[in-house]
Amino acid sequence: MKHLLGIRELSSEQIVHLLDTAESFRDISKREIKKVPALRGRTVINLFFEASTRTRTSFEIAAKRLSADAVNISVSTSSVSKGETLLDTARNLEAMSPDCIVIRHSSAGAPYHLTRVCNAAIVNAGDGSHEHPTQALLDALTIREHKGSIEGLKVAIIGDILHSRVARSNIYLLSKLGATTSVAGPGTLVPREFAELIEQGVRVEQRIEDAVADADVVMVLRIQRERQTDAFFPSMREYAVHYGLRPDHLKLAAPDAIVMHPGPMNRGIEISSEIADGGRSLILDQVANGVAVRMAVLYLLAAADGSEKPSIQEEDSESREAGGVRGRNRHLKRGSRE
Amino acid sequence: MRLLIRNGYVIDPAQGTNTGKSLFIEDGRVVGLMSHNDNVPENAEVVDATGLIVAPGFIDMHVHLREPGQEYKETIASGAAAAVAGGFTTVCAMPNTDPVNDNAAVTRFIIEQAERANLADVLPVGAVTKNSEGTELAEIGEMKNAGIVAVSDDGRPVPTAGMMRRAMEYARGFDLPIIDHCEDRSLARGGVMHEGHWSLVLGLRGMPAAAEEVDAIRDCALAELTGARVHLAHVSTRGAIEAVRRAKAKGLAVTCEVAPHHWTLTDEAVAGGENALPYDTNTKMSPPLRSPDHVAAILDGLRDGTVDAIATDHAPHHADEKALEFDQAPSGIIGLETSLGLAMDLVKQGVISLERLVELYATNPARVLKLEDRGTFRSGARADVTIIDPENAWTYDLTNSKSKSRNTPFAGRKMTGAAVATMVAGRIVFLHPDFSRLTASRANAARQTS
Repeated sequence: MKHLLGIRELSSEQIVHLLDTAESFRDISKREIKKVPALRGRTVINLFFEASTRTRTSFEIAAKRLSADAVNISVSTSSVSKGETLLDTARNLEAMSPDCIVIRHSSAGAPYHLTRVCNAAIVNAGDGSHEHPTQALLDALTIREHKGSIEGLKVAIIGDILHSRVARSNIYLLSKLGATTSVAGPGTLVPREFAELIEQGVRVEQRIEDAVADADVVMVLRIQRERQTDAFFPSMREYAVHYGLRPDHLKLAAPDAIVMHPGPMNRGIEISSEIADGGRSLILDQVANGVAVRMAVLYLLAAADGSEKPSIQEEDSESREAGGVRGRNRHLKRGSRE
Repeated sequence: MRLLIRNGYVIDPAQGTNTGKSLFIEDGRVVGLMSHNDNVPENAEVVDATGLIVAPGFIDMHVHLREPGQEYKETIASGAAAAVAGGFTTVCAMPNTDPVNDNAAVTRFIIEQAERANLADVLPVGAVTKNSEGTELAEIGEMKNAGIVAVSDDGRPVPTAGMMRRAMEYARGFDLPIIDHCEDRSLARGGVMHEGHWSLVLGLRGMPAAAEEVDAIRDCALAELTGARVHLAHVSTRGAIEAVRRAKAKGLAVTCEVAPHHWTLTDEAVAGGENALPYDTNTKMSPPLRSPDHVAAILDGLRDGTVDAIATDHAPHHADEKALEFDQAPSGIIGLETSLGLAMDLVKQGVISLERLVELYATNPARVLKLEDRGTFRSGARADVTIIDPENAWTYDLTNSKSKSRNTPFAGRKMTGAAVATMVAGRIVFLHPDFSRLTASRANAARQTS
């Protein structure tokens, strides 16, 4: 894996490998000294063309806990209005020899664009309505943590499916690992064609109740007002009444169903506070797992994986000789003793 | 000046000619067809077309030459050079230049620039409304006097049915067809590709097929109301093809064209392929590449006569513009030099015959635009000639392109069948580098087999 651009092109083995690696990183954040030298001397650039607190912070913390040098660049406007094109920005950054560029952009496909001019590993941190792979990975890690396995689970995704990169990445990932997915939301935001998005099919429901029935996992999506140029529903009030997740919906789900939300939440609109703050909500677990997943992604992409980058660290060459994850994990443990 | 194009195979559907003949030209006009055995007329220069197809000059009803205003993308001279290299003797220049061709001064400028280039003949299409803004009629009569052959607000479709009705009625008075780019903007809502499976996968905003279809159906209804000549540009959807088929069955003056990329590629091309990254902006055009069902409908229309013409929608854009993010990049690809090669694929696949191909490129465009002395070898017609080698195998090499722009998804594509010589009013304006070698080797082969 040279880049992480989307879940759709990953194999289930690659996904499991990423999740296993993330699991091994989870402990680091619970230690007193939350740092290992795995990416010492590597440079990670967080290039964010869209406002983001959670994802950008999560990537930054992940990079720093691996001892990489993290640089954050926030570009508030799109390239077109500001003169410099995305490719020129990328070429300029590439000239400073980063090992990894994490990009968030409002245009679907922008991360692919970067791969045309950059040698650095590119990580998609959300591109338009296309994909948000690290969100799906952290969601999967959270589900695995609480359910043991993803295979055979029923997952309901509620809200603005049309514009959601989170929904797409999650549908790909969960189905690759053997879960079944259903989606529900206003007809304007849940295209019928979603039923055939993947080979296994997606259950497309009109009513939230039908999607949630017997679900083991309920994912609620954020209503993204900024992405909507047309009026897709009459009012927030009506949305909350018909498509907001409330405790009575959860009674229809499996008895031990869990609730997730990628954040930031619009409380009282897509999710009621009782649920968000209730015992089934894993929203903060998701955030914690986000750091572990991003550490795993950066590690697997930016650490020496053989051919392309010259090794400057003893640990790296050693881990390469040991081969595979096991060797890498050993050096992580040793690093953690520092 | 006398010219004999000798020993070729002449296809002229307007006269029902499809046989080995020699074409005799004098002073830029067709004199007539002669038998191969007839003596070469006195003082005639001879072009040997053994093994080649000799067709009335091809007419591309729909190109964007970008001049005036965007000469960094294309000029009338560079566009005309690309046209003749692709076998076209006449091209119709769409009015969405800067300024828009909505008045006689711009129309005359385009014609003068084309005369200066002295390659393909460029026939301007005037705007329907002032600045193509869809609110006030442009001075269509003045432009007609200056030389336009049709009116269109291509690229900025006439937004309301009421405005379109007025435009049709007014244009009818000058016997000009209205060429409409069918796109209901309230449905297309800034979509950047075909709405369907692949737009969902790629997270790109989709334009539903219905955006084209409702406008096509509207235009057919208005053609019936007004009796105007209506030509639907670059039709890409099943619904639009079906609307034209119904309109023709009713006897309305409705015609349509299709573009080669719309039958060659599907919307899946936007998702990339084995050697192509996804989100390649050379797969972005308007109307967009469609799903296989729509492509099948286009092929049906080409087969059964519903489709009147093949037009390229040649739309040059600078590499810097096409290097933007997919949703920011402009729509369109160049097409003049690849059109015939892609149409020859259809002949090889048995979708259309060679005769039908000539009809789509020459006979019908001349009929739709009422260009009475073009699209045929009738005695007295302009001596516009496209000579085709149906077996010529070639690879589209962009470094040899005559266009100023490079925006195409077909770079490196292998094709069979090419224009090897193009003549405008009896003058050779393009000669394939292989032309003489080709004819010599074919003549030898013919001698050996006989």
